[in-house]
Amino acid sequence: MSEAPQSPRTEHDAETPVRRRLRIGDSILSGTTVLISVGLVALLAGLLWVLEQGAAPALMKYGLNFFTSRQWDPVNDRFGALPYIYGTVVTSALAILFALPISVGLALLLNEVRSKWLRNPLTVLVDLLAAIPSVVYGLWGLFVLAPFLNKYLAPALAATLGRLPVLSSLFVPTPAVGNMLNAGIILAIMIIPIITAVTREVIATVPHDLREAAMALGATRYESIRMAVLPHARSGIVGATMLGLGRALGETIAVSMLIGNGLGISASLLAPGYTIPAIIANEFREATSTGMQHSALLALALVLVAIALFLAAASRLLVRRSERMGS
Amino acid sequence: MSELRPPARLKSAAFRKAKSAAFTGLLWLTGVIAMVPLVLIIGYVLIKGTPVMSGAFFTQTAPPPGMPGGGMAQAFMGTGLIVGIGTAFSVPLGVLTAVYLSEYGRGRLATVVRFVAEILLSTPSIVAGAFIWAVVVTTMHSFSAIAGSIALTVLMWPIITRATEETLRLVPNDLREAALALGVPRWKMVLRIVIPTAGSGILTAVMLAVARGFGETAPILLTSLGNDFINTNPLQPTDAVPLRIYTYAQSAFTQWQSLAWGGAVSLLAAVLVLSIGARILSDRQQRRLG
Repeated sequence: MSEAPQSPRTEHDAETPVRRRLRIGDSILSGTTVLISVGLVALLAGLLWVLEQGAAPALMKYGLNFFTSRQWDPVNDRFGALPYIYGTVVTSALAILFALPISVGLALLLNEVRSKWLRNPLTVLVDLLAAIPSVVYGLWGLFVLAPFLNKYLAPALAATLGRLPVLSSLFVPTPAVGNMLNAGIILAIMIIPIITAVTREVIATVPHDLREAAMALGATRYESIRMAVLPHARSGIVGATMLGLGRALGETIAVSMLIGNGLGISASLLAPGYTIPAIIANEFREATSTGMQHSALLALALVLVAIALFLAAASRLLVRRSERMGS
Repeated sequence: MSELRPPARLKSAAFRKAKSAAFTGLLWLTGVIAMVPLVLIIGYVLIKGTPVMSGAFFTQTAPPPGMPGGGMAQAFMGTGLIVGIGTAFSVPLGVLTAVYLSEYGRGRLATVVRFVAEILLSTPSIVAGAFIWAVVVTTMHSFSAIAGSIALTVLMWPIITRATEETLRLVPNDLREAALALGVPRWKMVLRIVIPTAGSGILTAVMLAVARGFGETAPILLTSLGNDFINTNPLQPTDAVPLRIYTYAQSAFTQWQSLAWGGAVSLLAAVLVLSIGARILSDRQQRRLG
């Protein structure tokens, strides 16, 4: 908006009362907006500061052990977050693994389909997927998706991939309703709209010349996408993935309903797990407000938000760069 | 810029065409895969939840465990209270931040504010809850609706800011210049010309933020706690629809579980109406401002 003109004010203007009143209005509005905007920045700083203050006792007491110990025992004031970190990493990795190819495909589809009557509804529907509250995903996942997956997918995986030498430990079946695979699948559904939207934006900025050049050389649609579109959009797609990863790491409710909230670390994806957001949601209200437990939970919140904000910032920079390359 | 790198040896034209067709088929498959959960979720929620809808569902409060009947009146009231206050906080904050970014913001501060607004969109909602718990709940020594509203404000403020800034930028500069040329002071130009012109776009932004607020569970869990009875005092623990769905879904009682589905229908209906309404409004706005 740098081209917006400033209100003309020269030294010849007489300082009439009317004029002064007008200028006061200006300083009031601009002053208020500046103040509130600084407030937004202060909100972020305050959030980090408050969490850091709350987390300090636990981080000081346990040090690195906090991240490497498996012992989470509030009764005896022992806090090691490794099981939660493990569960969060596994479920988010699964989510990205499933969601990335589908999202990129979807973004290419939305970009390729030229007919408006098909593209617009599809775009709206993908957006609606993003609008569904996570507790509704959780409810549906708990009563519909998880029973279905436990009945069909889990035995099938155990019987096929579970027999292979290296992969077998990943697919040891357990009788538990909740498991990390189910949580990863629900997470994948939830982050598809985010990765798709950003990827689409990036793909839309790939110069037409490039595609046309590929077409003119006789490339098929597949070849032009592989040789012209995807290389150009690569860093943007990485950015989109990071944004999706940030969302997956922080997702609380649906995951907590599907993962089984089981302590311990299991290599099997068909075994229950626990995530950082889920432990915060489940233990926060019960923790005694002066104790070490709250501090440990706030430390986990701090770790979570630090990673999520870092991913968001990195993603924004990558997407920006990718888009600038296009124009 | 990456140059085009054709493969060293080309396969036959028929093979390449078939490969391309198969690829296009795969793209369509991803579209189908993405649509399946959407259809299934909406379908299941409607089928399982609609029968629960009745007068009692909206007027009665939580039933005792294992007892038939009851409803979610206290949750509907609570969600209204929490989201209402949250919206009252976040709309002025969000819109004024957007006005700063679009009308006044220059230089480093504007860059920083825009960047912060964007990355705050990625704050995990549970973290917003933990933050407000540490600030508000511990100082007031009580869980409360207002703490929930403030937690929602942390999430809704950046949403409204980003969406409103975009819509303010659609307002043609000609309008601004015309107003200034007529001697209208800048603040009046903003309040009387820019904001009304962007009006429906701002409404869109607010609707999207409210939709998000309705559905948030995790931050409310840590700040408003929940309540089995109707509460209208913002300083007391308060229930919310998503919170009830969360607890009831994980309970062992079938009556509670079916109430959860009823809550899901109401929640989904509200959120989808707001999202689709926002979409229609913004399409119309974009066509109008070109």
